[in-house]
Amino acid sequence: MASAADTHDHAHDDDHKPPFIARWFFSTNHKDIGTLYILFAIMAGIVGGALSGLIRWELMEPGIQVFSDTGMLAQMGIFKGKHGYNAVVTAHALIMIFFMVMPAMIGGFGNWFVPIMIGAPDMAFPRMNNISFWLLVAAWVLLVLSMFVDGGPGHGFGGGWTIYPPLSTIGHKGPAMDLAILSLHLAGASSILGAINFITTIFNMRAPGMTLHRMPLFAWSVLITAFLLLLSLPVLAGAITMLLTDRNFGTHFFDPAAGGDPVMFQHLFWFFGHPEVYILILPGFGIISHIVSTFSKKPVFGYLAMAYAMVAIGFVGFVVWAHHMYTVGMSINLRAYFVAATMIIAVPTGVKIFSWIATMWGGSISFKTPMLWAIGFIFLFTVGGVTGVVLSNAGIDYSLHDTYYVVAHFHYVLSLGAVFAIFAGFYYWFEKMWGVKYNEFLGALHFWIMFVGVNLIFFPQHFLGLQGMPRRYVDYPDAFTKWNYVSSVGYMITVVAVGVFMLVLIEAAIRRRKAEANPWGEGATTLEWTLSSPPPFHQFSEPPVIKADDHH
Amino acid sequence: MSHTPTSKDDLTPQQQVARRNKKVAMICVATFVGMIGAAYAAVPLYKLFCQVTGFDGTVRKAEVAPSRVLDRKITVRFDANIRELPWKFQALQPKQDIRIGDTGLAFFKVTNPSDKPITGRALYNVVPEQAGPYFQKLECFCFTSQTIQPGQTVEFPVVYFVDPQYADDPETKGKPEITLSYTFFPAVDEGKKGQVAAVTTPRIVEPLGGAPSRGL
Repeated sequence: MASAADTHDHAHDDDHKPPFIARWFFSTNHKDIGTLYILFAIMAGIVGGALSGLIRWELMEPGIQVFSDTGMLAQMGIFKGKHGYNAVVTAHALIMIFFMVMPAMIGGFGNWFVPIMIGAPDMAFPRMNNISFWLLVAAWVLLVLSMFVDGGPGHGFGGGWTIYPPLSTIGHKGPAMDLAILSLHLAGASSILGAINFITTIFNMRAPGMTLHRMPLFAWSVLITAFLLLLSLPVLAGAITMLLTDRNFGTHFFDPAAGGDPVMFQHLFWFFGHPEVYILILPGFGIISHIVSTFSKKPVFGYLAMAYAMVAIGFVGFVVWAHHMYTVGMSINLRAYFVAATMIIAVPTGVKIFSWIATMWGGSISFKTPMLWAIGFIFLFTVGGVTGVVLSNAGIDYSLHDTYYVVAHFHYVLSLGAVFAIFAGFYYWFEKMWGVKYNEFLGALHFWIMFVGVNLIFFPQHFLGLQGMPRRYVDYPDAFTKWNYVSSVGYMITVVAVGVFMLVLIEAAIRRRKAEANPWGEGATTLEWTLSSPPPFHQFSEPPVIKADDHH
Repeated sequence: MSHTPTSKDDLTPQQQVARRNKKVAMICVATFVGMIGAAYAAVPLYKLFCQVTGFDGTVRKAEVAPSRVLDRKITVRFDANIRELPWKFQALQPKQDIRIGDTGLAFFKVTNPSDKPITGRALYNVVPEQAGPYFQKLECFCFTSQTIQPGQTVEFPVVYFVDPQYADDPETKGKPEITLSYTFFPAVDEGKKGQVAAVTTPRIVEPLGGAPSRGL
């Protein structure tokens, strides 16, 4: 165990919290900013989830109901007609990626636990941390505004989160796309500042004895994520700036009439977009490693292999981007390369999956709520990973490209994978963050209902995709009715699960059972469990000393 | 990571950490700026790459015809498209059979039925994409913008050949057909407006016919 006993003596001296406005609006405390991020992510998740509800409602039956030109939404003046459906699909994706998963994983858990896990008193640049959060809020305002202003074909931008030109240039001449671009600029700036902060913190502020090779895997995962952000986000920023100047200032980066190339946007976008999907999932890998180890009461199997598997995933993640665009007309050699490179990612990913299983193997497993979510994550992520290997084959992708099979694949790895990791982390650190206990029964109920719900939503979408149902369409032929109906029923079950989640929060807030410093016992070995729950406002004024035989 | 002061500095540990933090942050900022630069550098590099390698069906402009002509014939199909222009644009021959390495001549006809002069720019591509490096043009109306006067009809020649290496490359050698596709876009104002299609010696077709073929 790491020694941090001295923090206890200092706790009451360090615990002078600033008044409300200063604490929550001008906050420079990593734990408070982490809390803000998590609350923001919950809010954005509810909005994004509601938008996906409109999608499933519309697709429950063939024909156009919700998004009809005279329907309820049209009368409310939002999301009118078929373009409204496209705008909802786009907004759902952007919100879930940039305003739900990233803030929850990196901003929320990253801010809360990376400094504590490495024995640092705070982030390296606490004020920059505050700027990161409020930039994200500003980005959110712009994105929401974008949904309600003219896009060209109707309110909002309807070209999908990939914002391919020409749909995002001459296809949407209205200000909605410009607002969306500026929103992405701000969200990107927020993430870049956050990434610089994490890299600096992890490199410079580790406690004595906390070498990189003794660092907890969650800190490793955030470090790698920060590098991915630093290297990939500028490319997105460049690409969307080119879009912005193409739209408003007469440049022709993506305009073929003047020698530009729209396919180059796809290359730039996916050079960002592919690392982005690892940005979304890598912190989840870190969280899951801690949870599996804690509840198996064993140190994580193959610690170094786990850390370097993430490094390998991050590295290879940069050289596989064109597997998102097999159908643009690449030569057979290029496709062969991207097929092979993509499949190679399955190797470090497999190392991680098997190491989690090996961690559980022979362990004394307790199936507490976080462990349920973690095992759920491993199962669902593996299903998504397997369909990913299927899709990596260019020949198969030719027929499955832009079908519901792809939708099912990335929702299994992200909606089910990343979100389950977020819930796992949320329950794992619930007492640590909020200082109260959650109800174990309600937590488990939340997991089981959600597990059934999301599988019911997305598993049938594999069938729809294999039968050729294209994504991003508001309507479909009658033949696709059955599995679409099942999928929408799954959504209703998931809504019930989200309701149970709210119940967990309310119940915990009302009952206020006092939290323990370490509710998980001997399996929880990282530094956050040496502190009180919630931790003192300032921790580790005297840095803890980490000895060589500590578990990770 | 320790707080032992270094010999050259009498800074407090906090100041040392702050200084180290600044250094790491600056490296990160430099990386960020470098990646932005790389994103923009991708624009000319990608274009250069496509033109040098014929990647993705980018047709190349050649200076001289090949010296070697094979016996094998290949079918070249022609495709003409218009985007956001009131013009009529058609290939005067649906296809041509030529020997690989031989120089072919095809004509395309453009009519501007509107009442004002319009400048267009033709962009081109070939299918299969792998034929891009081998399908070369000595002369083409697509090399520059073209202005068509109101009511005028112009026939543009295209002089092309298929490089004999086409028959050696494993990716192309079995393929009996190449399709050359043009799309005319409204020209973007590059300060060259009004440059009439003289460079490629088009035939001006009179409505009643009988215009002599100029050039070639």
